[in-house]
Parts: sequence; structure tokens; C-alpha cells
Amino acid sequence: MKTQFDPYSNYLATLKKIGYVPRKEATQEDYNRIGFMSGLEVHQQLLTDKKLFCNCPAGIFHAHDDFDAEVIRHMRPTLSELGEYDGTALMEFKTKKEIVYRINNENACTYEVDDTPPFLINRQALERALQITILSKFNVVGEVHITRKQYLDGSIPTGFQRTAILGVEGEIQLKNKKVRLIQLSIEEDSCREISDIGHRRVYKTDRLGMPLIETVTYPDMVNPDEVKEACDYIRFLNRSTGLVRTGMGAGRQDVNVSCKGGTRIEIKGVAHTKWIPELTHNECFRQWALLSLREELLSRVKDPKAWKTESALLDFDAFKITHPAIKDARDNGQKLVAVRLPEFKGILSYFNQPGIMFAEEISDRLKVIACIEKPNMVHTELPQQIITSADMEIIKMILNTDEEKDAVIVFWAPEADIKTALETIEERCKMAFEGIPNETRKSFEDGTTMFERVLPGADRMYPDTDSMPIPLEGSYIGELAKTIPNDVHERLAQMIQWGIPADTYHYLLSKNLFPIIEKAIVELGVDPKKAGKLFGHELKNVEGHYEAGDDFDYTRILDLIKFCKENGYHSPLGAMMLPELYQHPNMDFNSILTVIKFKKRSKDELISQIDFLSKKFDNEAKNNTKENKAAWIMGQIRPMAVGNICLAELKSEIDNMIQ
Amino acid sequence: MDNTDFFQGYKGRSLEVLKKYSVRVWGQAEMNTTRGEFKGTILPRASNDDDEHIVMKVITGYNIGIDINTIIDMKEVGYKKANYAIPEKQFPYTEGLPQVKLFGTGGTIASRLDYRTGAVIPAFSPGELYGAVPELADICNLETEKIFAVFSENMGPQQYIELAKAIGREIEKGVDGIVIGHGTDTLHHTGAALTFMCQNLPVPVVLVGSQRSSDRPSSDAALNLMHAMKTAGTSDIAEVMVCMFGPTSDEYGLLHKGTRVRKMHSSYRSTFRTIGDTPLAMVTREKVTPIKKNYHKRRNDKNVIIKPFFSDKVTMVYYYTGMKPDVIDGLVAAGYKGIVFVGTGLGHVNKEIYPAIRRAQAAGVHMYMTLQTIWGYVQMYVYDTGRDMMAMGIIPAGNMLPEVGYIKLSWALGQTDDPEEVKKLMLTPINDEITEREPYNGYLVYQGGVPEVEEFIKKVHK
Repeated sequence: MKTQFDPYSNYLATLKKIGYVPRKEATQEDYNRIGFMSGLEVHQQLLTDKKLFCNCPAGIFHAHDDFDAEVIRHMRPTLSELGEYDGTALMEFKTKKEIVYRINNENACTYEVDDTPPFLINRQALERALQITILSKFNVVGEVHITRKQYLDGSIPTGFQRTAILGVEGEIQLKNKKVRLIQLSIEEDSCREISDIGHRRVYKTDRLGMPLIETVTYPDMVNPDEVKEACDYIRFLNRSTGLVRTGMGAGRQDVNVSCKGGTRIEIKGVAHTKWIPELTHNECFRQWALLSLREELLSRVKDPKAWKTESALLDFDAFKITHPAIKDARDNGQKLVAVRLPEFKGILSYFNQPGIMFAEEISDRLKVIACIEKPNMVHTELPQQIITSADMEIIKMILNTDEEKDAVIVFWAPEADIKTALETIEERCKMAFEGIPNETRKSFEDGTTMFERVLPGADRMYPDTDSMPIPLEGSYIGELAKTIPNDVHERLAQMIQWGIPADTYHYLLSKNLFPIIEKAIVELGVDPKKAGKLFGHELKNVEGHYEAGDDFDYTRILDLIKFCKENGYHSPLGAMMLPELYQHPNMDFNSILTVIKFKKRSKDELISQIDFLSKKFDNEAKNNTKENKAAWIMGQIRPMAVGNICLAELKSEIDNMIQ
Repeated sequence: MDNTDFFQGYKGRSLEVLKKYSVRVWGQAEMNTTRGEFKGTILPRASNDDDEHIVMKVITGYNIGIDINTIIDMKEVGYKKANYAIPEKQFPYTEGLPQVKLFGTGGTIASRLDYRTGAVIPAFSPGELYGAVPELADICNLETEKIFAVFSENMGPQQYIELAKAIGREIEKGVDGIVIGHGTDTLHHTGAALTFMCQNLPVPVVLVGSQRSSDRPSSDAALNLMHAMKTAGTSDIAEVMVCMFGPTSDEYGLLHKGTRVRKMHSSYRSTFRTIGDTPLAMVTREKVTPIKKNYHKRRNDKNVIIKPFFSDKVTMVYYYTGMKPDVIDGLVAAGYKGIVFVGTGLGHVNKEIYPAIRRAQAAGVHMYMTLQTIWGYVQMYVYDTGRDMMAMGIIPAGNMLPEVGYIKLSWALGQTDDPEEVKKLMLTPINDEITEREPYNGYLVYQGGVPEVEEFIKKVHK
């Protein structure tokens, strides 16, 4: 009698074997054990009128279907300087993708689709990027050299991104440590993907060419929370200048992670910093799991180089097919192929990421490299079998499968893609003997990642022959340095000293409200705690609930504070006016008071009510205590009192009068 | 030892600094500057750049420049010279595929960038081309020959003559088709010259280039080359043709007659257009689809007629409204025997230069009129000015393109001085350099913004 193999138990057993712990339970010892190491590439769009290398307006976006023309390109790998093709290049070429670019005349010209050479670099963008370079304590270069960085996924129609280093070797100061920065570069943003189905990938070119900066750190971070802290810091720093764009997609980061004995894996385009801890945690354990899987394989297979798969074309009609994807494949004239993976039993269901087993890495590559949409395969270690065990027995027999040792994958694909699919499966399996493939990965909100592309090699940089070097005179850099604001670290220290509530720091720095608060406190004499609450709590709340009027800008709040001060109004009247001001920034303040039904009343008028209310309470109250009475009177007068008198003062007046 | 070896491209003050600290190009340097420390490999400097900066490649692969005025100290800690070679793979021979000869003339179709210096390394041997565009081996069997290496703008009479003779030799050897890799700027000049010099062709002669150098992933070079090889190897059209992108998208190529084609945009991929007619054919990797019904058919004989003549005493005068007679007098005094005017409208110049034209006529200068409008026919009978000019010996050249007029007059004067002979050569078309009729779809310059045009370009790739 054979022992029944249970894939799910195997998944759990391997999870335990590598010592996976959920992030909430993980300690620094866990991260030290697996050698967690992480660095960042933080991208931030610059606030400029125009794009970086042409005169199209920046920041004008359009809907997917709102385009004037389409252009098609195919990317070809070019030879590196060592005469080798880059890994990514070859993979992208293998995929034979047709890349479609949608162009809208409002925001793209012939430069974006590579039909016109670059114009001179946008000086406004360069200047703003340099200001941030100086702020991040980088060593500023003497001459800017535009470089081409190859991307063959089609995200840039030229096949390369124009980019240039402005500074090297900077640093930032986190709460408990310094993080070293490798470099800051200015670059053009890429296209936005509309769809990627089969052999056709569609992009739009509205964002393409917008100037952005990339800040790259050394891999100095040793746990997931530190990565987030560093990322937040860099983003605050960028925003604190007021020179960068904010809002959806204006800031994105690539996160590099490795474990002990692992390799640098790049998680691309993480949109929110709050996702970073879970993503980096899982990625580090994924690598740890792949290393464990390698040990397992090497203990089984003596000569990994000789290891190979075997495959056979299956006849759809020979099997009972119930799975809808396989039915569709049959109806669309695709082929069904079985692949035997010798010695891979228990490998396909090896722990990979929470809820994901190793087989998914193969399926991901079938999607990306062979262009076969998911679901694209089934295998012998699925928790629930999709192909009946009777059918699987036949397939195993066709392939001469050793029940105790081998695993089998069954995939379906158009005939033209089968060759690439078979190569892809074998290639990924052979990589398992090596350890962790160099790749970039796409992130998901649940903290898991999937294969995106092969990691490009170092050979993809070369000079842009269309551009001249740009000298940066010492006097120019000196002038720029004078315009730089305090850096984030100093701002944080100041807020702590002022006693501003800690829960507001993130919001205040990310919205670059510090300069406004500073004015309110220093110039208008607002109590720092109240200022912190007004901006960090009240304004945040208003932003979450209302739509801002077109002309709204934060300095209007300073006008509001001034108005209240001049008229002797007390808080929280300002906070009550905030929603109206936010929605109708041009409305005059007295009109706002009318809208919120505010009436000016003198202190005497308010206090004179206390005696009357006190008597009324005595007549009606069931539980007549002093506290109840004071609270009830306060409740009655409060609506009239707000803004006219300091509420604390009113409270003590009431307390005095009901003695 | 020769300094230029160690300090490639550096001059003046930056050269002095490198020498002072004994740091060489390709040396790994550590620099201390007033802007902080920098580490990297010293790169050669482009010769036109200033002498105030030193270029280095940092570890991440980027290049940066260091202002020499900021350098406090510098030392060389290593040295590694880069060597570049393009890998060669044996171009496979496939029984049954046509034999194509590729002539190299320089230009971007067959070159790649030297990553570090920005210089261009030509990739040209069949092995190199196969390494870069392996699909070529499915189209034809290839032999290559580098005839010269000049940039497109330096192509001239001497190169036309050498090319024409080389074509004659190849046809004699029995090749199935010829492809000429060529820079794009003057591709159409060469197209015209070869049409006149290589008559009665039995096989296709295809001129091809690329608008984006082949070191770029989005280059049009590979696809253009495949289209050209397909045409040369299999097409039935035995003419001198230019093969370049039809739309700017990577979709299909167009085959244009060498005498009717013109580069119409400084940078678009679809820059070459047939003027005053439709192109000869469309070409994809799979097939050549003729657009024109009548063309010179491929033959099995080798009866090509090579006429490698070219006079360097021909010039072109692009008329402008303030032109003075001394311009013409000057050219005549310099010994020019032929002038191709590029006139306004139907073929006009102002009265002020008439006396100079008369003097040129008296000096025996052969004068022809072509058009700035590019499209349309010269028509000198409509206005008095036209008649006046004909009376002064200016001969209307029909709808011959100005550049073609220049090439043809040079070719004609290379053979004879006799005005009647020259006129006969000029006005007897060899391959549609003058056509009898202009079809309604020979002039299509649509204007953006017009609703139906916008609708069209949204649907059809430009």
C-alpha cells in the first residue's frame, strides 16, 4: 500500500521546516537568522510645467480610451558591450510581444514615441532635482551625463530610459540609525500599462517623459519596519521641499530584498509605503524557502546539469474534462501538454509565500514569458485535483512517471507558444537547483509578490549620444543651496519640541504642512498644540470628507486664523469654519460664519444665561448633582458660546456661579 | 609612449590634471573634491566637449562628470581597459534560399554603439549580422562586402561609381538580389544615381537604412534589413528601390523607386515617401505585395548595362525672393556647366537675375527647372516669366524631383557636352523620374485636426 501524499500537509511541513513566522510574531532575531537585508529605490515625480526632454505639458492624464493615434513597436535585444545579450532582453524577446502605444495629442508629441530626438533637458526639472540632491546631502556631480538605461518590456517606446546622476554618496538620519544613500538621479517617467493579455501589451503615453527623481539607498535596513521608516523619511524629505508632485502615482518605490545566501530581488512599483513591511517580510522568507528547496533537490539529484523534463502532447478527447479553462482551451483549438518533472515530488507544493506553493512560480513564468493567461496549468500537487485521479494515472503512464519520485504538470496553450512554454518550465525548474533566480517581482496588496521580469544586468547602461553633458558650476550649486528648507529630521525635532501630537507627524510632513504650521505658531502666535490639532486632526478629517474647491490652498487657513484673531474669536470656531473654507476657498469669512449659523454674542450675554438655566435644572432634574448641573448648563450654552468665549473660561464661570 | 593612448579625448586643463595625478583613461580612480568623494572608472572624453571636466563611470553603470576645479586629490587604484568585439556566429547556408549580396557603405543600418565612448562600431560581417538579426537566415543566404565606410552625407560621385561597378560584378556572378546598407540622409540621391548608372537590371537592387541606430531596442534597423533581404531575394521587381518603414509602427515596409523617393522628415521612421505617385510595393517579412501594376520584372539573364558616369560641374540653385544675379555669375565663373534651378510655383525665378541667366546661356551652361513645391509639374507656358526663361535656355524638367534633377544632369554631363544630347538624356525617363501622369493618390499630405483625418489616424497606424 502506497502512503497517501497530501500536498497541503507538505506545504505546511515545509513552512515549518524553514522556520517561517508571520510578521506580527517575527522578532529581530528571526530576521537576523535569515539575514534580512533591504534597500530602496524611491521615485518621486517633480512638480514641473513640462516633461523632461520635450515641451509637452506634465501631469495631464487621460482615460484609457481617450486617444488620437496608436503606434506599434517590437523591442529587440541589443548586444551588450561584452557581446552578450542581457537576460531580460532575451526573455522579453522570447515573449514576442506586440507593444501598442496610445497617444493623446494633449500630452504627447513625436518625442514620446521616439520619432523625434530629445530636446534640451528641462532646466526647471533639473534645478528642482538638484535642490533635493543638496537636501539629501549628496556629493553633487560636476557635469551631468545623460545615460540610457534599457527597458525592453515596452514601458518606454525607445527601449531605454534617459536618466542622469546628480549626486552620489548621501545619507539620511532615521530615529535610531543613519542610512547611506548610493545616488540620486533624474529620469523620465515611463508609460502606464493599460492591459497585457497574450501577446499584446497596451500602454498609454500620458505619464511618459514626466520628470522624476530616484533616490537609491544602500541595503542598510535589517527589518521590514526599518524599510518603511526609511521610505517614509525619503518621501517626507522630497515633499517637504514643495518641489514634487503629490497624489496617486506621484511617488512609487522599488524595494530590494535579500536573505542570507540569497540574491537581490527587486519588488517593483510599490504604491504605498504601508505595504512595505509585509512585502519585504514575505520576500525574504520566499528566498529562504527557495534555498531550502534547493538543498532538498540537490540531495535527490546527483547531476543537476543533466536533469531534464519530458513532455507529451495529450489528446483532449481521451480525458474527462470538467475544468472550464481546459474546456476553453480545447474549444479554442489549443493543445494540451503534460510535462514530467523527475524527482520533483513534494517540490511543487513546497512553501513559497503565505498561501502560495512553489508551482506558482512556474505558472507565473508561463504567463509572463510564454504569454499564456492564467489559469494555465494544473499539476500533481494541487490541494484539490482538477484532473481526475483516473486521468492523472493515464497521464503518468504516458510519461513513464515514477509515482514515488516525480511530479507532473499539465498545461494548455496555443500551438505556437508550446515551445517557449516547455523551455520556460524546464528553465524555472533547473533554476531551482541554483537557488533564487534574478528577477523583478510585482507586488500585491496582501503582501505577496509574483514574477514580473528577469532582473536586468549591469550591462544595460550606455551614454545617450543624443545629448551633450551639462556642466554644473560651483556658484550655481552654491546659490541653490541657499534655497533649501530644513530637512525632515530638523522638522521632526521641532514638532516634538513644540509638543505637537505625534499621530499628526506623518500627515503634516507628507502634505508638507510644516511651513504653514511654523508660520501659524511663529508669526500668528497660535498655541503649537492647537495648531497641530487644527492641521493634523481637523484638516485631515475635512480632507477625508469633503471635496476641495478649485482654488483651495493651505495658506487660506492662515488667513482664517488671522481673521479669528483680529475679531477676538476663540477656538474651535476656526475648525468649525474649515469644511466651508475647504469647499469654497474664495468665500469671505463673515459669509462662512453666516452659513454655519454663527452669531456674535458678548461674554456677559452668555454668562447672564447661567442663572436662568441653573434654576430650570433645579426644577426638572431627577438626579441633581453639581457635576450634572454644570455639564447640562455647559451643553445648553456651548452652541452659542463657541468662538465667542474660551470654553474653558465659560466652564469656570459656570462652576463659580452654581457654587 | 603616445599620450593619446592614455588620455583619450582629454585636452588642455583636464589633460594636465590627469597627468598631474598620473591617472589614465580606463584607470579606476578615487577622487577627493570640494563636493565630496567620487569613485569610478575614468572614461575617454568626446573630442568636442570642454577641457574643464573628467568623465567617470560609477559602479552603478552611470556616467558622471567631475569639475576639475573641485579636485583636491586623485589617485589611480586599478586599471582595466575595455575591449569590444561583436560576437560572430556562422551565418548558416540553407539550400533553396536565394543568394543575396549585402554591400556596406557605412551608416547606421549596420553598426552598434561603443557603450563607453559613444563611438560607433560597425557590425557588418554575415556572422555579426546573424548574431544581431538571426531571422535573416530564414530569408536568404547572405554574403557581404564592405565597399567603403562613409557617413551618408559624405556619399558622393566617387561612391556612386564604385557601387555601380560592384553591382555589375555581382550580377555577373549570378546573385539573386543586392542589398545596399546606407545612411538615410542621402539614400534617395544614391537611389537616383544607381538607377541611371545600372540600367536594364535583371535582379532587385535594394537600398536600406535605419532612422534609429541598431544599438537601440526600438531600432527600425532589423526589420528594415529583413524587409530588404526579403525583397532582394524573392521579389519580382528588378529595379533600384529604397526599402524603409511604411508607417512609423513596426508593421510593414514600402518599396520606393530610387527616382521618385524623398526623405520627408528629419527623424520619423516613416520618413521616405514616394512623391507624385504610389510606392512600388509593400513588404513584410513574409511577402512582397506590389502596389504598382507595371514594373521591371526579374529576369534570368545578366544583361545589366553599367553607365558609371558623373560630372562634378553641376550645381543646384534653390531660388529665394531676394536672389541677386551675382549668385549665378559666380557659379558660371567657377566653371559650372550645369545648373538645376529649384524654382517657385510652376517653376519661376525673379526678373532681376535674367541678365545672369542670359550670360550663363551664352557661356553654354545647361539649365533645367525643377520645383520647390516638390509635388506637381513644371509648367513654364502659363506665365510670361516662364516663357521668358525658356527663351533664355532653361528647360522644364517635368515632375522630376530637384535632387534627382541634379543627379541626372551630373550623370548626363558625365557623358556628353552636346546640348541636344544632354536634353534627350534628361527628358527621356529611365525609370519614372519624369512620369506622364500624376495619379490622384500621388499627392496626399493630410492635415491634422480635420475630423475625417483624425478619425483615419486613430484607426490606421501612421
